[in-house]
Amino acid sequence: MHRRNFIKAATLSVALAAAGLTSLSALAADTIKVGILHSLSGTMAISETALKETALMTIDEINKSGGVMGKKLEAVVVDPASNWPLFAEKSRQLLSKDKVDVVFGCWTSVSRKSVLPVFKELNGLLFYPVQYEGEELEKNVFYTGAAPNQQAIPAVEYLMSKDGGSAKRWVLLGTDYVYPRTTNKILRAFLKSKGVADADIMEEYTPFGHSDYQTIIAKIKKFAGEGKKTAVVSTINGDSNVPFYKELGNAGLKASDVPVVAFSVGEEELRGVDTKPLQGHLAAWNYFQSIKNPENAKFIKMYRDWAKKNKLPNADTVVTNDPMEATYIGIHMWKQAVEKAKSTDVDKVIAAMAGQTFKAPSGFVAKMDEKNHHLHKPVFIGEVKSDGQFNVVWKTKGPVRAAPWSPYIPGNDKKKDVPDSK
Amino acid sequence: MTEITHTMTRYLLSLLLCLFAVPAFAALDPALVRQLADEDSDIKIAAIQQFGASADPEAGRLLKAMADDELLVGDDTVFRFDGEQARDAASGALIEPVPEAYESITVNNRIRAALSNALAALKLFDADRGVRLTAAKELQSNAGLEVAPILARAMDKESDSEIQALLRQAHALANLGNPDAAARLAAVDVLSDSASAATRGLLLPLLETANEPDATVRAAAAQAVKEIESRLAIGETLAKMFTGISLGSILLLAALGLAITYGVMGVINMAHGELLMVGAYATFFVQTLFRAWLPDYLDWYLLAAVPVAFFAAALVGMLLERTVIRRLYGRPLETLLATWGLSLVLIQAARVLFGAQNVEVANPVWMSGGVEIMAGLVLPWNRIVIVGFTLFVLALMWVLMQKTRLGLFVRAVTQNRPMAGCVGVPTGRVDTLAFGLGAGIAGLGGVALSQITNVGPDMGQGYIVDSFLVVVLGGVGQLAGAVWAALGLGIVTKFLEGWWGAVIAKIVVLVIVIIFIQKRPQGLFALKGRFVEN
Repeated sequence: MHRRNFIKAATLSVALAAAGLTSLSALAADTIKVGILHSLSGTMAISETALKETALMTIDEINKSGGVMGKKLEAVVVDPASNWPLFAEKSRQLLSKDKVDVVFGCWTSVSRKSVLPVFKELNGLLFYPVQYEGEELEKNVFYTGAAPNQQAIPAVEYLMSKDGGSAKRWVLLGTDYVYPRTTNKILRAFLKSKGVADADIMEEYTPFGHSDYQTIIAKIKKFAGEGKKTAVVSTINGDSNVPFYKELGNAGLKASDVPVVAFSVGEEELRGVDTKPLQGHLAAWNYFQSIKNPENAKFIKMYRDWAKKNKLPNADTVVTNDPMEATYIGIHMWKQAVEKAKSTDVDKVIAAMAGQTFKAPSGFVAKMDEKNHHLHKPVFIGEVKSDGQFNVVWKTKGPVRAAPWSPYIPGNDKKKDVPDSK
Repeated sequence: MTEITHTMTRYLLSLLLCLFAVPAFAALDPALVRQLADEDSDIKIAAIQQFGASADPEAGRLLKAMADDELLVGDDTVFRFDGEQARDAASGALIEPVPEAYESITVNNRIRAALSNALAALKLFDADRGVRLTAAKELQSNAGLEVAPILARAMDKESDSEIQALLRQAHALANLGNPDAAARLAAVDVLSDSASAATRGLLLPLLETANEPDATVRAAAAQAVKEIESRLAIGETLAKMFTGISLGSILLLAALGLAITYGVMGVINMAHGELLMVGAYATFFVQTLFRAWLPDYLDWYLLAAVPVAFFAAALVGMLLERTVIRRLYGRPLETLLATWGLSLVLIQAARVLFGAQNVEVANPVWMSGGVEIMAGLVLPWNRIVIVGFTLFVLALMWVLMQKTRLGLFVRAVTQNRPMAGCVGVPTGRVDTLAFGLGAGIAGLGGVALSQITNVGPDMGQGYIVDSFLVVVLGGVGQLAGAVWAALGLGIVTKFLEGWWGAVIAKIVVLVIVIIFIQKRPQGLFALKGRFVEN
């Protein structure tokens, strides 16, 4: 009697468990897995943590409005810890073990280069949300940040114009790695094409994490005091920017004398700096938090609420910036492409991505180019205000098509504007 | 055609506005005010310059509002908010209802420069000497021809000799663009007495025929540039020396704590950088407390941060010593690994407590900006304060080590532990206190670092190599050695950076240190005396 009861109960519970399992696995099939590959520790955590939060926020937003093709998105977050080889390892894990359908991630160009072979080998799909140096076009990657002609070139053109101060002499200052070196190569060729002599260009590099900018500021001062209007183009990356701008303020180099335009400094990087002495220095991006339009108001509010709800550190002072906007656009475009392709199959989604449009927080409709995997984006130039936000002083009339192969690098005219299909 | 009608309506409107103007406000020319909001920067600047020449205090208030981004434009009217109400910028009349769509007037660098010139020009006639002095200083860098007549007027009225001299300079600067060659020559003459790099920069274009048709002016300018350059040369060399000393003082502050824990006690403490971080976060913590409870004394938070950082870092240090390091004395490899692990623990702890992002530690007002000692030599206050602070910490350490009982014990224990124990020195407790002292000094270094670099969980990592470099180069066990090594490294690095750039300088310095250590493994100064080596 007892035994029989026991067997009954056991059978029942096994059956129940089995049923539970099947329902669980059925549930699993009802979600689409999405990988998030951003450094949450190490030197790049400062910038990339906010991108992870943006991605999670966007996924939450999509899930609340019904998911993708009726399925919920399920985020798989990994931490490659600012360690470039680890990026490759983690992306392999995401693609072959977790079997994600798409990955949103990477910040530095070196991390992107590190994961590329993995994505090519396993035919994965990566959305890269940060401005970069171009010179790359891969079938498995969509670039939602700016190419040089969507950021660097317009910024230099602005400084050459009357309103930008008609600069005649140039300091190209950067951190010593692939992105600043390539960007400055392009800029040097561009300046030469505009008739700037080699003697009027000074190129300087500092190691990653450099924190003593006294000598460099003194050099800039000297270089600028030689009779021609001078401007500084900064591709300094990461937290070195804070000591650089502090020193700039203390040395009394005002933006009206020597303007500094930066390509990797946004709202987030300026959070740790007293911006009062920096008023008027510039940054070029495809989005600023200070842009006023309903999409942006919604985007900022969504992120603030997200920060509060998830109790992020300093939740009351969070800001939005360009790579966050690019992440947001990227996830939404991927969703649209999946819905168009009616499948999450990588090749089908890549085909469906061509020509996708999305009303971006920048106030313009961002469009994925039919061929070259880059977005058409507007360009904004902003001046730092005393509260750390940017005041837009110049913008393009509309979105600009990206030219990943810069015409200012010899040999690029022969490169195709379409990724090789395999 | 439309342009003309547009201007006409503008004038009509302005006339109407003038009629309804509130008498309490000295009304400004509304057409000119409207010009401030024009799309074209040239038109904006023309209006700003007219206001600047008007000597009207109301115009000063308007331009100030524009410089502060307070001027808004909507419904073709320039206005600003006075609390909840919108007031017309020209007349001061209330605007009801508030325009629905409006934006602030774009002020770019070019316009900001014009604004600051115009504002300074307006202040030249202020009754207060200080205001006039700042205004005259403001006009030293980029006074244009349009302010020349105002400057001439101000010079006539000015009685103060210091301001008078500044005005003369500014007037000469403004006249460099004068179409009359005689006026330019006179200007160059005045400027040859100057000793500023900015003036030299303005004179240099006059050396070229394309910019300066008159040969006498060219010759005078060449002479003036030469005179200014000779005055600047001394300042520039001194400036380079100072940057070297300043870098040296930072290296020394970072390394002093290590000079005790590694140099004197022999503990290879890989978590030293994290003790710097603890000091920096303590500074941040004190700043936050001051913001919340004593906002009036916020400028002095740094003074309170000094003892707090010392004790916070010392406490952490003593805790590490008691729990981990004391079990590993005499086992350098294990100590190295254990302290490396501890450093990771501390970094993660900071990340959990304060977040992965850098936190903002503001420079107090008295540490911002710089002081011009002589021509071409501007010393930033934060650097000066840090050099002074380093001297203070050094003195403190010397007194502690040489003049106190604790210092005596520490020296005794490190020289001969068993013997010190025999004569009754509590060696265990001395170890803890000495380690705490080293950690506390590192905390003080953190206070200084928080003023010039980023405060974040990883900040200590960047200083650990430099700190070991200083201690090893100076000679292990020697405080004086650390001082000389830090200063030497600082000055050499800065001169190399000037020649070859920061990346190469770093490599060259490391190569020099490697060669030096090979030739002289005991460092700059070697300890003399009888030691018990195990």
